[in-house]
Amino acid sequence: MTIAWKTAITLGALGLSTGVASAACGIESGSVRVLSNDFPALHDVVEKAKECAGDGVTVTANQTAEHESLAVPALSANPAEYTSHFVANSSLQPLLSNDLIRPLNDYIETYGKNISERQKIKIGDDVMVIAFDANAQHLFFREDILKEAGIEPPKTYEDVLAAAKAIKDKSLMAYPLTGTYKAGWNLAEEFVNMYLGMGGEFFEPGSAKPAIDNEKGVAALEMMKSLSAYMNPDYLTFDSNSVQAELESGSAAIANFWGSRYGAVVDDEGSTPEIAGSIKVAAAPTVGGGTIPATTLWWDGYTVAKNISEADAKATFIALDHGASAEMANANPDAAVWLIDGYEPGPGAIGVLDSMNQGAKPYPMVPYMGLLHTALGAEIVDFMKGEEDAAKALADTEAAYSAAAREKGFL
Amino acid sequence: MPHRTFFWFILPSALAMLVFIALPIVSIVVQSLYVEHDRVLVEVENCGPFGCSKEVRVDAAATAELQREEPLGRFNGLATYTNRNHLAFDEIGAAWANAPDIAEFAGEILSLPFYRALSFTLAYTAVVTPFVIVLGFLIALAVNMLPSLLKGPVIFVSLLPMIITPLIGSLVLFWMIDSNGVIGATIQALANDPALSLKASAPLTWITLFVYGIWHSTPFAFVVFYAGLQTVPKDTMESAMIDGASTFERVRFVTLPHLSPLLVFVGLIQLMDNFRVFEPIVGFNAEANATSLSWIIFNDLRGAGTPLFGSAAATSTLTLIGVSILLTPVLIRTWRDFTRKG
Amino acid sequence: MTAQTSRKAPILAILSTAFIVLWLLLAAFPFLWTLWGSFKVQGDFFSRQDWMNALSGTRTIAETGSAFTGQGYYGAWVLNDFWRSAINTGIVTFFVVVISLTFGTLGGYALSRSSFRYAFWILIAALIFRAMPHITLVSGYLLPFFQLNIWGYLATSIVVLVAINQPFTLWMLHSFFKSIPKDLDESAMVDGCSRFQAFRMVIIPVMWPGVITTGLFSFLLAYNDFAVTATLLTQENQTMVPKIASFLGTTQVQGNVMYAVSAVVSATVPLFILVLFFQRQIVSGLTAGAVKG
Repeated sequence: MTIAWKTAITLGALGLSTGVASAACGIESGSVRVLSNDFPALHDVVEKAKECAGDGVTVTANQTAEHESLAVPALSANPAEYTSHFVANSSLQPLLSNDLIRPLNDYIETYGKNISERQKIKIGDDVMVIAFDANAQHLFFREDILKEAGIEPPKTYEDVLAAAKAIKDKSLMAYPLTGTYKAGWNLAEEFVNMYLGMGGEFFEPGSAKPAIDNEKGVAALEMMKSLSAYMNPDYLTFDSNSVQAELESGSAAIANFWGSRYGAVVDDEGSTPEIAGSIKVAAAPTVGGGTIPATTLWWDGYTVAKNISEADAKATFIALDHGASAEMANANPDAAVWLIDGYEPGPGAIGVLDSMNQGAKPYPMVPYMGLLHTALGAEIVDFMKGEEDAAKALADTEAAYSAAAREKGFL
Repeated sequence: MPHRTFFWFILPSALAMLVFIALPIVSIVVQSLYVEHDRVLVEVENCGPFGCSKEVRVDAAATAELQREEPLGRFNGLATYTNRNHLAFDEIGAAWANAPDIAEFAGEILSLPFYRALSFTLAYTAVVTPFVIVLGFLIALAVNMLPSLLKGPVIFVSLLPMIITPLIGSLVLFWMIDSNGVIGATIQALANDPALSLKASAPLTWITLFVYGIWHSTPFAFVVFYAGLQTVPKDTMESAMIDGASTFERVRFVTLPHLSPLLVFVGLIQLMDNFRVFEPIVGFNAEANATSLSWIIFNDLRGAGTPLFGSAAATSTLTLIGVSILLTPVLIRTWRDFTRKG
Repeated sequence: MTAQTSRKAPILAILSTAFIVLWLLLAAFPFLWTLWGSFKVQGDFFSRQDWMNALSGTRTIAETGSAFTGQGYYGAWVLNDFWRSAINTGIVTFFVVVISLTFGTLGGYALSRSSFRYAFWILIAALIFRAMPHITLVSGYLLPFFQLNIWGYLATSIVVLVAINQPFTLWMLHSFFKSIPKDLDESAMVDGCSRFQAFRMVIIPVMWPGVITTGLFSFLLAYNDFAVTATLLTQENQTMVPKIASFLGTTQVQGNVMYAVSAVVSATVPLFILVLFFQRQIVSGLTAGAVKG
C-alpha cells in the first residue's frame, strides 16, 4: 500500500474527485454505481472511472468484502441498486444463473475498441464480463535458505518435499513449509489446486455429478498431508495473513501463495531486508508427473447490470472502460497483474504470468463449483487431522456436496 | 391491567418484533420446506484470459420460467431436515447397522457436520453458562464491597472484555495465544513443553474457546447482578445482621432470593447466546476443531458463491427448536412465577 | 453495609479484594496489551519471532526510527476517514438506545403489570425470536429492502437494530419492573391517576437504574454490531465495526491490521466516558432509596 493510493482513496471518499474530465470519457449523462470487493486493484479502477464524473454523470462505489452477499438481491431490484458488480471466476455464476447482467458485445463494438481479446469472458457467444486483472497462487521461496541447503528452486511438489526435508535435516528451519491451509475455503482451494495439477476433473462431463472420489483425488490429498508434515502444527488455522507473517519473519522458506500478496511480502514492512530481499517467486510447482502447474488462475472483471436504464448501462460501460485502461494499469503497476494491453508487468508478476504460460487452469466456472468448494472445506479436515483416510474424506465430500446440490436443483 | 391499556403499551415493541422478526421467521420456516427447481443446464463454450473450455451453465430463462409458475420452488417436506447436511437420518441408520461397537458409531455420527456442530454447541453452552453466572455474581458481590470511589474505574475495567468488538478482541487474543505470542509462550514455559500449541489439537481449542466465552460474557452477568444488588432492601439485610446471620447466610437467604428473577434472566440470555456461539470460532480460526450451529448457517449463506437459503433456513429452525428445548426448565419456572404472581 | 462487612470479616475482605484484583488483571490485560501494541508496527505487535518484540519495539525502531509510532492512528483517522464512521456509529447508537428504551419501557412495564396469560406468551415469543441467528434474518431482509429502495440508509439499520434488540430489552426491563412493587403505581391509581399517569409520575422516577443498565446493553449491541451494519449500509454510511473489519484485508490482499487495532483502541474512549458517567447515576440513583419494599 503506497501513500499515493491511500490519498487517492481519501480524496475519492471525500467526493473531491468529481473531476471535469467527463468530456474525455464522452458520456452525456447517466449514473454509474459500482459494487465490488475491497482491495487496491479494484480501488484503482474505480478511482480512474471517477474521472468520468461531472455534468449529469455520477460515479459512486460500494467497495466491501460483503459484496457477494449483496450482489444478487441488489441487482434483482428494478432499477438495480448498482449498475455494475465486479466479479471473479467464482462470483460470476450467481449473476448468470439469475439473469442479472447484460451481454456486452454491442457496447464493446461501439465504445470498447481498446479491449483486447483475452479480456473478454465469453459465455457461448456473449461477452458477459470484461476482465482486467489476473491472480494465482504460486511459488514463493527463500533463495538464500535453498542455497544453504544445497538445492535448486523446486519445480515439482516432489522437489518441494525434498527441499523441505533437506532444510529440516540441516536444522535451518523447524517448519520449512507453509501454506493457506485454514479449514474452510482456504483448505479447499489448496485441494482444488492440487487436484487440477494431478489432471483431475471435478464433475462428470456435462452434469453436476461429482467425480473427485478417485486415485487423483486421493493422491492430491496424500500430497497435501505429506506437505503438512513440514508445516507449523497450527497449519489448519493459517490464512493468508498468517502465511505472509511466516514468510516475512523467516519462519518458513517455501509456500504456494497468492501472487497479489507479493508486494506486501517483499516491501520494507514486517520483515528485515535480508529476508525480504531473498524471497523469490516462480510458477506454481507441478505435481504427480503432471505437466501443468498445480494452481488455479483467477481474474477480476466488471459486468453491467440488466435491470437498469440504457443510459446508465452505457455510462457504466464507458466509465469502467476508462477506469480499466492501460494508463491506469501503468500508473499502478504493482497493484495487480493487469490483463490490459499496453501494461508492462513488474518483477512481481512473474509467478502469475509463468503459471499462466505453463498452462495452469482457471478456477472452474461452473454454477455448482461453489457448493463443492464449501463441501471440501468442511469434509477434508478430518483427513488432514489424521482421523480418517483419504477415500472416506472424498466420499464424505461427495455426499455433502450432493445434498447441497439437490437443494439447489442441480441434481 | 386491562386489555386496552396493555395493547397500547405493548404496541410499538410488538410491531417492531412482528415486522422484523416474526414475519421473517415464518418465511424462513416455510422456505426450509422447499428446495429450488431443477436447474435447466446447458453446455456452452466459455472463453477467457486463460483459454476456452466446455462448461455447463444454468439456462436462466428456462429456470426463470419454472420459478414463475411456482415461486417458492419444489415442495420438499422435511427432506431438507433429514438430509446428510442436517439430521442425516439415513446416514445414522447406516452407521447403526454397520458399526461394530458404540464408539465406532459415535465416531461416525460426530463426523457428520450437524452433529459435530451440535456437540460443540452443547458443550460450550453447558460449560460457559454456569461459569458466567457464578463468576459474574461473585464479582458483583466483591465490587459492591469496594469503596465507592473505586467502583467507577473497576466497573469500567470489568466491562472491557465485553465492549471490545469480538472481531478485533478475538483477533488480538488469537495472536496472544499463538505459540509465539505472549500468553502462548507463557503457557509453554509454565507447562515446560516447547511444542505445546493451543491451536493444533481439538481439546485445547475447545478449552480456549470456553475460556474466551467465559471471559467475554462474565461482564454481562456482573453488571446485571451489580445493578440488582443495589435494590436489595436495606432493612431486611440489617435485621438479618442483627439476628447474627453470617455473611454467607445473608447472601444465601437474603441476596440470592432477592436476585432470583435476575438469575433467571441472566440464565435465559446466556443459554441462548451461548447456544448461538459463532464469533469466537471465526475469530480464532477454529473451524478445523470446533464448529457450531450458527457457524453452519454462516457457512451455508456465505461459504459458497451461491447461498444455500433452504439449508440455512432448516438449520436456523433447528436452532430455534434447540433453544426452546434448552429453555424449557427455565420457562416452566417462569410460568410458575407468573401464575403465582397473577 | 460496606464498612460493617469489612470490619467484621477482614479475611473475607482480603479474599474479595484479591479476587477483584485477579479479575481486573484478567479483564484488562488483553486491552492494555492492545493499547500498548497500537503504538507499534505490525511486525512487533504480531511478531512471529518473539513476543518480547512487542515490548522492546525492535521492528518499530527499524521501520520508523523510534520505539513508538502513531502510524496506526494516523492511518485510521486521517487517511481512512475513521471519524466519518465514528459519526455514523454515534447516530446509530443514539437512536437505537433511545428508541429501544422507549419501546422497551412501555412494553416491559405493561408485561410486568398484566396478569393475563397472553403476557406470558408474548414474553416467550420474544425469547424465541431472540434465538434466531441474526445472519439468517439479515439475509432475508436484503431483497425486500432493495426492492423498497430503503437499503443502505442509517434509518433502516436503526429500525432493524431496534427490532432485533427488542426481545432482550423487553425481558430485561420486565424483570426490573417486576422488582418495583405493584403497590406503588396501584396506590397512585387509587388516588385517581390513569395508568399512563401512574406510569409517568410514579414509575418513571424510580426506573432509571434498570433503564440505564438496559440502555448500556442496547448501546453495546448497536455499538458492536457487525451482522446488520456490514450488510445493510452503504460505504458512506458505514459504522465503525464494519469499517474496522475492512482494514483487515482479504484472502488475496493484505490489509492494515494496525489501523484496525488503533481504531479499536480509539473506539473504547467514548465507552469509558459513558460508563464513568452512568456508573454514578446507577449507584446514587439507587441508594437514594428508589425502591421501598
